[in-house]
Amino acid sequence: MKSRPRSASVRARSGAARAPRGHGQRLAGSSHRYDLAVIGAGPAGLAAALLAARSGARVALFERERLGGTSLNSGSVPSKALIRSATLFAGIREATRLQGSGQREPIADLAKIAARLRRIEERIAGYHSLARLARDGVDVHFGAAKFIDPHAIATGATRFRFKKALVATGAVAAAAGIPGLAEGSYVTSESVFGLTQLPEQLAVVGGGPLGCELAQAFCRLGSHVTIIQDEAKFLPREERDAAQILARAMARDGVEIRLNTRVVGARAAGARVVLETENYKTRDTIAADRVLVSVGRVPNVAGLNLEAAGIAFDGLNGVAVDDFLRTSNPNVYAAGDVCMDHKYTHVAESTGRMAVQNALLRQRLRYSGLIIPWCTFCIPEIAHVGLQIWEAREKSIPVKTYTMMMQDIDRAITDRQDTGFVKLHVVEGHDRIIGATIVASRASEMINEVCVAMHSGIGLRRLGRVMHTYPSQASAICLAAMSMDEPC
Amino acid sequence: MSPRAPPRAAAARVAASVSAPAAQDDASLLERLQRGAFAYITRYSNPLNGLVADTSRAGAPCSIAVVGFALTCYIVAVERGWLSRTAAAQRVLVTLRFFSASSQREDPQATGYQGFYYHFLDMTCGERVWGCELSFIDSTLLIAGVLAVGLYFDRPQEAEIRDTAEALYRRVDWRWAQNNTPTLAQGWLPEVGFLHYGWEGYNEALILYILALGSPTHSLGRSCFETWTLTYQWERLLGQDVLYSGPLFTHLFSHAWIDFRGIRDGFMRTNRSDYFENTCRSVALQREYCERNPRQVVGYARDIWGISAGDGPTGEGAREYATDRRYFGYMARGVPFGPDDGTLCPWAMLATVPFTPQAALAGTRRLLSSFPQVCREDRFASGFNPSVNPESGGWVSEGWYGLDQGLLVIMIENARSGLIWSLLRESAAVRRGLRRGGFSGGWLTR
Repeated sequence: MKSRPRSASVRARSGAARAPRGHGQRLAGSSHRYDLAVIGAGPAGLAAALLAARSGARVALFERERLGGTSLNSGSVPSKALIRSATLFAGIREATRLQGSGQREPIADLAKIAARLRRIEERIAGYHSLARLARDGVDVHFGAAKFIDPHAIATGATRFRFKKALVATGAVAAAAGIPGLAEGSYVTSESVFGLTQLPEQLAVVGGGPLGCELAQAFCRLGSHVTIIQDEAKFLPREERDAAQILARAMARDGVEIRLNTRVVGARAAGARVVLETENYKTRDTIAADRVLVSVGRVPNVAGLNLEAAGIAFDGLNGVAVDDFLRTSNPNVYAAGDVCMDHKYTHVAESTGRMAVQNALLRQRLRYSGLIIPWCTFCIPEIAHVGLQIWEAREKSIPVKTYTMMMQDIDRAITDRQDTGFVKLHVVEGHDRIIGATIVASRASEMINEVCVAMHSGIGLRRLGRVMHTYPSQASAICLAAMSMDEPC
Repeated sequence: MSPRAPPRAAAARVAASVSAPAAQDDASLLERLQRGAFAYITRYSNPLNGLVADTSRAGAPCSIAVVGFALTCYIVAVERGWLSRTAAAQRVLVTLRFFSASSQREDPQATGYQGFYYHFLDMTCGERVWGCELSFIDSTLLIAGVLAVGLYFDRPQEAEIRDTAEALYRRVDWRWAQNNTPTLAQGWLPEVGFLHYGWEGYNEALILYILALGSPTHSLGRSCFETWTLTYQWERLLGQDVLYSGPLFTHLFSHAWIDFRGIRDGFMRTNRSDYFENTCRSVALQREYCERNPRQVVGYARDIWGISAGDGPTGEGAREYATDRRYFGYMARGVPFGPDDGTLCPWAMLATVPFTPQAALAGTRRLLSSFPQVCREDRFASGFNPSVNPESGGWVSEGWYGLDQGLLVIMIENARSGLIWSLLRESAAVRRGLRRGGFSGGWLTR
């Protein structure tokens, strides 16, 4: 692969057709022939473009809106910032109660919170600014890119030929699909961060990770929240004990829970929306100032003209890829939410890099070889990595679980964060870790220790010999591991 | 058949004592509490149709599961000399005739459908009440009692009992209850069809699968049970290797009829345990949890435990940042994963007496001495929460629940004589169901 002098290959232009927010310029390469063309500047696209450029490739990065994708602008970043504000608020409310009677409970000013979210987004966006990308040798083109043939992409009238391409356009919030609930009359898990006034009554449709996180957060900020889930439990992908703890935690906070309930219609009632629900054919209504629809995310394949490049896809599963992330066009790869069942930022970044390694660096990395953790950021958090127990048993793997309750962990007790557990799954009779579920206030951090152990082949016994700080919540992992050699 | 006489029958026939529990030996205490529990069955049943009330509260409907326990209790009563065989047979016959003749239709007012029955029935006319579900597990508990009396009443003049019992079992369409899915549904409503809830993880459904597998007419495929057991979790928890299920009753209901000692299915063979041993370990787990008492509630101790499904106080506790202080009312509680609101089931310790007799009796004695208000007329209340209004003795559930009383009668008998276990070991349906479920070893191979 030819390398190129970075300073000579990029130049700044002004007057972009669609300027990114916060930047008044766009950068583009002097040539329209690239080693790698990346469509989408979200986590997958950015990670891929940077790795490719740093490896010496000529890289074009196409983005039709803002750098950073959903994660930064309307996903993981603002939601975690909102949850932080909500947690703070819940703490203040509790402290107010401890002060005694006569104290007013604090009222959340959502406009101030929203402004804080924007500041956080801008700060994190700085790490992937146009200037930084340019310094790394990435040509950024703003505009709606689409394939025009198996080897070329166009934005407007400009054509770009590529040796390899990566589709990394992410996913978008799925439409509500509720009769009577018109577009614009509800917010989604992406647009909710634009609210500047706290809804007095918020109805959340959907009990997946995003719906649960946002329902609990708004409840803690002071909204009266009703969450409607059409299945028998929240988080269908998680194990029973975890999902039940979450349900109780939300109920504890005051979220009104409607399980096994479908929203079958909606109507306007003045400034409010009335949702019509059905639970085993029992009809009911829920009136709300705001409706938040969080019924999943669908691959963003619109307008890419994938057919022109011979790329197989469908609207539900997105771009079809093999275990090496290659599409049906052998020169085009895909990464991130547009092709993954696991729609997480860290998976997008990882698969973005993997696609580049396979496409340009002659590697043969397999998606199935990844150890993928995930987390639902409720209070407590629910994190998982590897196999679920039922998955292992379906594969005829005899699995044994070593469990430590957070209520027995000193640090969890001192912090009053003792709801949850650590479960480490091993093959019965061995100590190889094949999966773990952690429910704890910092499960998202704790799960990474298990990921390292799994990635490095560290078994339960060795993990149990690793000294942990005291007191720490992570010591629950060590204690669960140590229990392997304890007599029953 | 005529089951063996209980080994300690003479001692057991001692009249109920009025002395304090602490002054009674174990046999006398068991006799007293067993008979007290049985008195619920006769007191709260309708002699005209055999239906038994769910609770002692005014206007309570019949619970079909309680009827299943009651049928089995009549056997115990005969052996203990509390009822003549003739009187017991008459009660049984009235009950079986009612179910045999009851309406089995799709319409909402029926008593049952497809051989199953609605969870709650009107005590007088036997029709469905409360818009309740056609309950597959509660029907199973009823059928378990039906099978038990079909085995016990083996004399020539008792043929109608045997024939009717067999007919009731044969007409249950277990395959229909799968709703074309790999496993069994939990129930069905005439207005909407099958309930969405499935059976996930180990629980009281074990006997449901075994009786469904053993059916001579509508047997489940073997894979159905195996598919359900894929949701099992074998874990080391609070020092125990255990197939976890939170509420204690889930470790007891199937065991009221089936003797799981020494017989193992594929899951238990892999993990070198059996379901009986698993219940013993679950008791140990409850004791360990209550000794640790992480929620620092009043009452919990190594010898005061018993967290299960039962009545409890209600009330919306303060919306707190980190601690759940709500009370859940009637709820299936479990530990250590919860829910746990400090409510104990006073009957639960004693119900484990066939498994861990020392722990059961030590716990029961301590409970009776510390909180005698939980046992009136020699019958335990459904729930007790000493953290609620502790100055007035804590919250105690009103009256009694039939399930608790029926379970106690049977479990105490299994501890005293093994009567019901011995009886059901001879059941062709049970043996067939166990074998089709992959069970082997122990008494099943003999």
